[in-house]
Amino acid sequence: MPNKLLKQALSGQNPARMWRDHDLKDSYDVVIIGGGAHGLACAYYLARHHGLTNVAVLEKRYIGSGGSGRNTTIIRSNYLTPEGVRFYDESVKLYEQMSAEFDFNVMFSRRGHLTLAHTDGAVRTMRRRAEVNQLQGVDSRLIWPEEIKRLCPPIDVSDHPRYPILGALYHPPGGIIRHDAVVWGYAHHADRLGVHIHQLTEVTGIAVQGERVTGVQTNRGFIKTGVVLNATAGWCTTIADMAGVKLPITTFPLQACVTEPLKPFLDVIIVSGSLHVYVSQSDRGELVMGASVDPFASYSMNGSLAFVENLAGHMLELFPGLRHVRVLRQWAGLCDMTPDFSPVMGVTPVAGFLVDVGWGTWGFKASPVSGKRMAELIATGRTPDLIHPFRLSRFYENDLVGEKGAASVGH
Amino acid sequence: MIQVECPNCGLRNASEFRYGGEVNPRPPQPLAIGDAEWTDYIYMRRNAAGVQTEWWYHRNGCGTWFLAERDTKTNAVVRTYLWGK
Ligand SMILES: Cc1cc2nc3c(=O)[nH]c(=O)nc-3n(C[C@H](O)[C@H](O)[C@H](O)COP(=O)(O)OP(=O)(O)OC[C@H]3O[C@@H](n4cnc5c(N)ncnc54)[C@H](O)[C@@H]3O)c2cc1C
Ligand SMILES: [Zn+2]
Repeated sequence: MPNKLLKQALSGQNPARMWRDHDLKDSYDVVIIGGGAHGLACAYYLARHHGLTNVAVLEKRYIGSGGSGRNTTIIRSNYLTPEGVRFYDESVKLYEQMSAEFDFNVMFSRRGHLTLAHTDGAVRTMRRRAEVNQLQGVDSRLIWPEEIKRLCPPIDVSDHPRYPILGALYHPPGGIIRHDAVVWGYAHHADRLGVHIHQLTEVTGIAVQGERVTGVQTNRGFIKTGVVLNATAGWCTTIADMAGVKLPITTFPLQACVTEPLKPFLDVIIVSGSLHVYVSQSDRGELVMGASVDPFASYSMNGSLAFVENLAGHMLELFPGLRHVRVLRQWAGLCDMTPDFSPVMGVTPVAGFLVDVGWGTWGFKASPVSGKRMAELIATGRTPDLIHPFRLSRFYENDLVGEKGAASVGH
Repeated sequence: MIQVECPNCGLRNASEFRYGGEVNPRPPQPLAIGDAEWTDYIYMRRNAAGVQTEWWYHRNGCGTWFLAERDTKTNAVVRTYLWGK
């Protein structure tokens, strides 16, 4: 590695690009709309597992400019339904082996995830989640304030706060990762396998003839294709509208912020559903903090002071010692919220128009599994069992997958 | 903070209000339509990127539900008015 670096420095040659630009071809076998982790993962697995390489990923801005570059990177599988637990658990396993698979450090840090309970009702939900998780073979259990304090010394487990901590759901495999590295890793390997990644390429229309997709209109020209995957998260209904497909989705902004860097003091992820806040400490020492979605639907990514004020108040209830720590920056991303807090994946009434959407505030952790399984669906024409529960038609069949109790704040 | 004009109380901070979602009229003939149309009504959303008509409730104020036309891309409120006006 140092030799390579030295050679490049002395030769004046730039290192090879992670992914390259291409002219837009006038036809592709598969067109993926949205260059986030989901779209790129699907492209990668199409090429890697199924040999489908005549694939384009269309991204209106730059890859990772959506939620994939704005999330707080929490990865876990301690969900509430067996369907959810099984699905997210496959993703955690794919993340665990990602650095090796990519030969590129995605900085996955398995550090333990604690969801605090401040009410008897919350304790009951945690107990239920622990049972569901264990039945699926996922490491997850209910712990009490003494053990919480041992795992996280700076937290206030006394009875002083307005909502004292009664217990927590402890999930040792939970972790954080470098989100940009995940995006770049998928992009790099998809590129090397032959996938075309087109940035600054905005989809403006979808051609449908007789309930079947025939192509995609972009600001750079028309592409003929029989398969289109909508992986545009917060913008997904704008794309579905172009194909005449209805979705049960509303777009809400979700904000996050980081503090100035501190010495390492927090090596677990702390989430409080009741206080609507969560926090982890990044490798740079910054505290990465977030809450629940903004109070009204919007496509605007402006931050608000109200968000930081509320968050800071609740954070100080958990960690009074952070009183003098300053917030360094804040930002927002768009979340495609569904009624049951589960994603929408698979076929739609328009043949060849597929969706991988409804990722709300919780979808980054699912990029590997949804990419892998959507690729399988595209290549084989069969919906894999693992994602069948999340099909769009579940809403018409009254077969929702209610994950609100596990996804609304914890992400 | 964005401000919303309550038709009764005037311009107030958005934090005084509760957002009630896009206007989603009930099917005019509830008994005549099938399950699919009911599902559309209950779950499917337009989620407009642009000006949409939506419900707001003045929770920490006069307690009135009213309508707003707001551009969801910029959060600019075009106008607010009472139902039927
Ligand atoms: C603040 C915040 C914190 C979060 N924290 C977590 C977390 O801790 N854990 C977790 O699992 N999830 C989290 N999430 C959710 C997660 O970020 C998303 O669910 C996930 O990134 C969605 O990935 P995606 O690839 O589907 O979409 P995105 O990354 O949003 O990509 C969609 C892409 O589509 C592009 N696009 C849109 N319209 C068009 C068009 N017309 N033509 C071409 N391209 C278009 C956009 O530019 C965008 O790049 C968080 C989200 C936010 C905002
Ligand atoms: Zn009022």
